[in-house]
Amino acid sequence: MKKDTFTISVYTENNIGLLNRISAIFLKRHINLESFSTSQSEIQNVYRFVIVVKTDSERVRKIVQQIEKQVDVIKAFYHTDEETIFQENALYKVKSSSLFEERQIQNIIKASHASIVTVSPEFFVIEKTGFREETEKLRKELAPYGLLQFVRSGRISVTKAKMGISEILESFKNNN
Amino acid sequence: MGAKTKIKLNIDQSDNKHISGAEAVVRCLLEEDANLVYGYPGGAIMPIYDELYKYQDKLHHVLTRHEQGATHAAQGFARTSGKVGVALATSGPGATNLVTGIADAQIDSTPMVCITGQVASHLLGSDAFQETDIIGISTPVTKWNYQITKANEIPSIMAKAFYIARSGRPGPVLIDITKDAQFEFFDFSYEKCTGIRSYCPYQKLSNQNLEEALLLIDEAKKPLIVWGQGVILGNAEEEFKTFLEKSGIPAAWTILGLSAIPTDHPSNRGMVGMHGNYAPNLLTNECDLLIAIGMRFDDRVTGDLTKYAKQAKIIHLELDPAEVNKNVKVDVALIADCKVSLNELNKRISTKTYPKWIARLKALDKIENEKVIQSDLFPKKEGLTMGESIEMINKYSNNDAIIVTDVGQHQMAACRYAKFSQSKSNVTSGGLGTMGFALPAAIGSKMGAPNREVVAIIGDGGYQMTIQELGTIFQQQVAVKIVVLNNDFLGMVRQWQQLFFDKRYASTEMVNPDFVTIAKGFRIKAKRVADRKDLDIAVKEMMASKEPYFLEVCVEKEDNVFPMIPTGASVSDIRLE
Repeated sequence: MKKDTFTISVYTENNIGLLNRISAIFLKRHINLESFSTSQSEIQNVYRFVIVVKTDSERVRKIVQQIEKQVDVIKAFYHTDEETIFQENALYKVKSSSLFEERQIQNIIKASHASIVTVSPEFFVIEKTGFREETEKLRKELAPYGLLQFVRSGRISVTKAKMGISEILESFKNNN
Repeated sequence: MGAKTKIKLNIDQSDNKHISGAEAVVRCLLEEDANLVYGYPGGAIMPIYDELYKYQDKLHHVLTRHEQGATHAAQGFARTSGKVGVALATSGPGATNLVTGIADAQIDSTPMVCITGQVASHLLGSDAFQETDIIGISTPVTKWNYQITKANEIPSIMAKAFYIARSGRPGPVLIDITKDAQFEFFDFSYEKCTGIRSYCPYQKLSNQNLEEALLLIDEAKKPLIVWGQGVILGNAEEEFKTFLEKSGIPAAWTILGLSAIPTDHPSNRGMVGMHGNYAPNLLTNECDLLIAIGMRFDDRVTGDLTKYAKQAKIIHLELDPAEVNKNVKVDVALIADCKVSLNELNKRISTKTYPKWIARLKALDKIENEKVIQSDLFPKKEGLTMGESIEMINKYSNNDAIIVTDVGQHQMAACRYAKFSQSKSNVTSGGLGTMGFALPAAIGSKMGAPNREVVAIIGDGGYQMTIQELGTIFQQQVAVKIVVLNNDFLGMVRQWQQLFFDKRYASTEMVNPDFVTIAKGFRIKAKRVADRKDLDIAVKEMMASKEPYFLEVCVEKEDNVFPMIPTGASVSDIRLE
């Protein structure tokens, strides 16, 4: 079956073992995660996992059913790239001497719409938010000047359509 | 009789509100009507055991001989009583020994709460003595688990544990309690859990899907029902019987659905799956409508999915939304407790009969009877068969015993030939196929249904995996009847070796001990039978015994279980020999 990129969004209670429980669902099915991030959601005390996987639509549907079945999961969704607005964030640490000696670096930073987060006598840190291709392009461009460190976050994503978690929580209350 | 000390303390426990975490655990169990628990003590759970000692007139603790035995006993108890089974163990090896039983309960949807002791919270993560990450280990095989580090969490978490274990699709819950939380004092109060906002155990039945299902049932000319344990777990036996009688549709069971209706019910057409009956397996690929009720299309039921019921419309009555369209794509899903959905269907379906279709089933039954069943039940060869041994048990149980089985050939023979009159009478390890399940599960089964006759039918291999539970049976004087069908082989594996590995019997021959002497060593009455002429009287004597009783039946060494659908083959490729 055709593999696509899917973003799985999981709204959960704040429970210490839940990360393990959700990752175990992927482990059991031998599915690699492209990226994984978690944070507070729009509702107080409700957390949101954003998980990116490359798989087929049948598989992702079944995985989401299994995730949703977990007691501490409020609701899980999956979306294609077209259905979401998503970004990743990357940090690049470069030697300060390069910034002053290589004029080209400044042009690269300007052209990529990256910003400089901090500058010290030894190093400076560039930040870039965007699609994977954009942060990757900047990494490749900076590499020849000696990247001291590079790190990229997991995908964060919001959907174009409504999620309606508050309504879902309300309906659960009525069903129980 | 096993030695038992009873001590009454002059403390009115119910008045005392400022109590330890350990006492709170016991009080929570009593609040949840769990007055029978199985377990094994050890360092990290000693405070709770100390409270069990004080509460022993209210709560009976059964000391098993291994923690695995405690889980299987709790499972057996849950399966026959319909209540939540409880197992206790200490940290480290005590906790890890529970894992097989927990995994078994998870895959067979058995409500169970396991409580483990844990090292004190300040030692967590320090590789302390008998520390193990049982939360991490048990996560993939529990419905829910939680580690308690503060005594004041105990009441709400215990309430949640029981609620989650028994509601919706039941399953095992593990609660790990650090030793300091057991010692800590707090003000106890208990409130039962009635709902969790993120957890929706019952779905509302879709009216539109109900309409569509009714239409499909109305149009069908060759319908077939396959039911599973959902009927039993949902207490929907009566609704199911009404559905069968009104709809006139023939019905076959999965291994865990067995005993939901009496064996002699006219709609009962036998078992589906790998060693199921010929007719329902073949007709799965001939029917025009398949109604799956409380079952999950396990691979042992379906065989090759690409050749499973492709010609049929499929209606799936299922409580767990994650099971719908998981293995088999269905046309209509009725996602609800099947007690509810069957009741709705019953209100609307018309009474029908399918004489031609049923005649086709009966014609296939005749073939199976001639080629397989006759020689299993009325063998002409010298050696005893498993089938005739089970038939003899039927004779002396009046088809009304709880039959507990292990895993392997004897399990298939027992499920095929044991006869039942009441629901919740078939206790077996279905999904996980846990050898060693039956002996401890029989203990729990008997304690969960003390007025019923409980017969454990076990192979010589699986029996030796948990044989130490004979000690529990003797100490507790649990009047179970234990039948070992001994063929001196790991029979099912040997059968596969014969059929698919050119008879290379790699490590399947068992050089067995004297089972009768072993049982007698545990002070249990025991007998061996090897001749057909002695079988009747031996079974009769066993069934008449008021005490635990062990019977070894030496059966034909190299018998095979048929029919059989080889792994990965289609249900249409079912073999009779």
